[in-house]
Amino acid sequence: MSMHNIETDNDLTQDTVILQNRTRELTYAEAIREALQQQMRQNKKVFLLGEDIGIYGGAFGVTEGLVQEFGKERVRDTPISELGITGVAVGAALTGMRPVVDIQFSDFLTLALDQIVNQAAKIRYMYGGKGKVPLVIRTPSGSGTGAAAQHSQSLEAWLTHIPGLKVVQPGTPYDAKGLLKAAIEDENPVIFYEHKLLYKTKANVPGTDYVIPLGKADIKKEGKDLTIVATAIMVKRALKAAEELEKEAIHVEIVDPRTLVPLDEKCILQSVEKTGRLLVVHEAVKRGGYGAEIASIVAEKGFSNLKAPIKRLAGQDVPIPNNKKLEKAAVPQIKDIIREARKIVHE
Amino acid sequence: MISNYSKERLVGLYQTMLSIRYFEEEVERSVKKGLFHGTTHLCMGQEAAAVGVCSVLKQGDKMTSTHRGHGHSIAMGADMKKMMAEIFGKATGYCKGKGGSMHIADVDYGNLGSNAIVGGGIPITVGSALTAHLEGTKDVTVCFFGDGATNEGSFHEALNLASIWKLPVIFVCENNEYGMSSSITEMTNIEDLSIRAKSYGIPGMTIDGNDLLEVMNITERAVSRARNGEGPILIEAKTYRYNGHSKSDKQRYRTDEEVSKRKKKDPIQRFEKMLIQSDIPEEKDIEQIKQMVIEEVEAATDFALASPEPKVEELLTDVYA
Repeated sequence: MSMHNIETDNDLTQDTVILQNRTRELTYAEAIREALQQQMRQNKKVFLLGEDIGIYGGAFGVTEGLVQEFGKERVRDTPISELGITGVAVGAALTGMRPVVDIQFSDFLTLALDQIVNQAAKIRYMYGGKGKVPLVIRTPSGSGTGAAAQHSQSLEAWLTHIPGLKVVQPGTPYDAKGLLKAAIEDENPVIFYEHKLLYKTKANVPGTDYVIPLGKADIKKEGKDLTIVATAIMVKRALKAAEELEKEAIHVEIVDPRTLVPLDEKCILQSVEKTGRLLVVHEAVKRGGYGAEIASIVAEKGFSNLKAPIKRLAGQDVPIPNNKKLEKAAVPQIKDIIREARKIVHE
Repeated sequence: MISNYSKERLVGLYQTMLSIRYFEEEVERSVKKGLFHGTTHLCMGQEAAAVGVCSVLKQGDKMTSTHRGHGHSIAMGADMKKMMAEIFGKATGYCKGKGGSMHIADVDYGNLGSNAIVGGGIPITVGSALTAHLEGTKDVTVCFFGDGATNEGSFHEALNLASIWKLPVIFVCENNEYGMSSSITEMTNIEDLSIRAKSYGIPGMTIDGNDLLEVMNITERAVSRARNGEGPILIEAKTYRYNGHSKSDKQRYRTDEEVSKRKKKDPIQRFEKMLIQSDIPEEKDIEQIKQMVIEEVEAATDFALASPEPKVEELLTDVYA
């Protein structure tokens, strides 16, 4: 090979790098896949395990193509044994690996709770700081697909109640990619909730291997009249609602915590300090939902800044039904957010 | 065959079994004196299974244990001082007093920890063995659990996973006949729990868990096939629990006669008799060994008693890495 050829190859390589790093439109599912791919390329200790994640590509197509690149050892199809595979991930993490478990629907976390709650979350503490469990559980949650009561829940508040776990809920493709990198690099068990209805949403995502630290909220829109703290799919709905409210000269600020544990309290409190009003919106049922936690924090630490009572808009206290009309009525929609926002600002 | 082992090794095994027995007797006395906070689950009568299995492990091998785990930790070479300190909730204990009797662990030395959820450690061992497989080491992982755990879903899921992936796990069921108060004969309809291995396509064997050399012999074979990539095995070591389930057990579910009858098959006495018959060591040396172990155990208690409590600031550390 001549010198000339080598130079050409180098140029080509540089071009490829630039091409790979460019920002382009990706879906939420593609952004997650890209994060997995980049972390797996970088770190041989990262591997995936879950039901139908290989040739099938995962129930929502997130892991499509990964088995072809990384092989069956690192993209490991498992039997339908949620408790077993989560336990396997705990053991692998405890002995030095960085497993990423795919739990097909977040409703199925109920089957794996011993390993999540009693094992992964507790091991480091009960062993006096020896050992660590750097494990990620990726899992789709939320309603809107007509899959009814056992495939549509939003149970994230359960896991925020467990010391030792971190809980992440990305609401955009950009956040999903950067947060997943942070989750995989974290030394602790992280529950990574993906929203099913977001998988096909598109947005600009850099090809670079960027990271969004856990515990850092994002102000999705600035405004002075009302703070809306929204999570997961509700971020998107709140943004739509805010567009309508702008027409009525109601300027909404939208804060997406992005991670529930650790929670960026400071960002929420600062926003409420500015607007004096707070509406918390999430899909999970209202009773015992994480909105109660956010409302309490603001009541405890930011009460003097409030011009109106805090409001929570959340899922009805019912299982998710199949019928489309009923299913929609079970969780907050754009019109509900607009209605509640108006009430808080005008009353 | 006793002649397969060196005198030093045999004496070492005997000493380790005695350490477990005397350690547990000391813990029992400490419970009665109210010296520590919390419960404890003693493994007297089951020493041969713990020592027999762990004695064939090498550096790099891993082990998980149960709520009845003091014996497993000692068999893995744990420091009895740090163990006793942990049981007493002291800052010098293995877990700085945060774990107590049921959570003794020494992760850096292969003891992945005792687990107080019945069956909780079983899938974890499969994960540890998966690490060995993915990293290409020859390390094996031993998984101790009781008869009660074989009715947990985690047992069945884990055996299947280890089998389909041919992972180096030695599943060791210490069948001590009782899950708390429940006789295993009332809770399953099979005589030998090891036959459950068949439904997962792995070998299963039932052995006399009170015969140290039999346990060692079978475990050696199991470990060597696991190291060769031939997959997991289920060993059911039949044994018997002398004490109640925990300190509060009134043992209404069994008779004193039953317990005394079973004590006649004591694993330590059997091994001691075998050693004496073979003149390894001489009878007078036995007394010396016993005295040495008694002193070690007493020193462990002295260490625990003299050790400081954890500082209250410790409450908030170690939640996250």
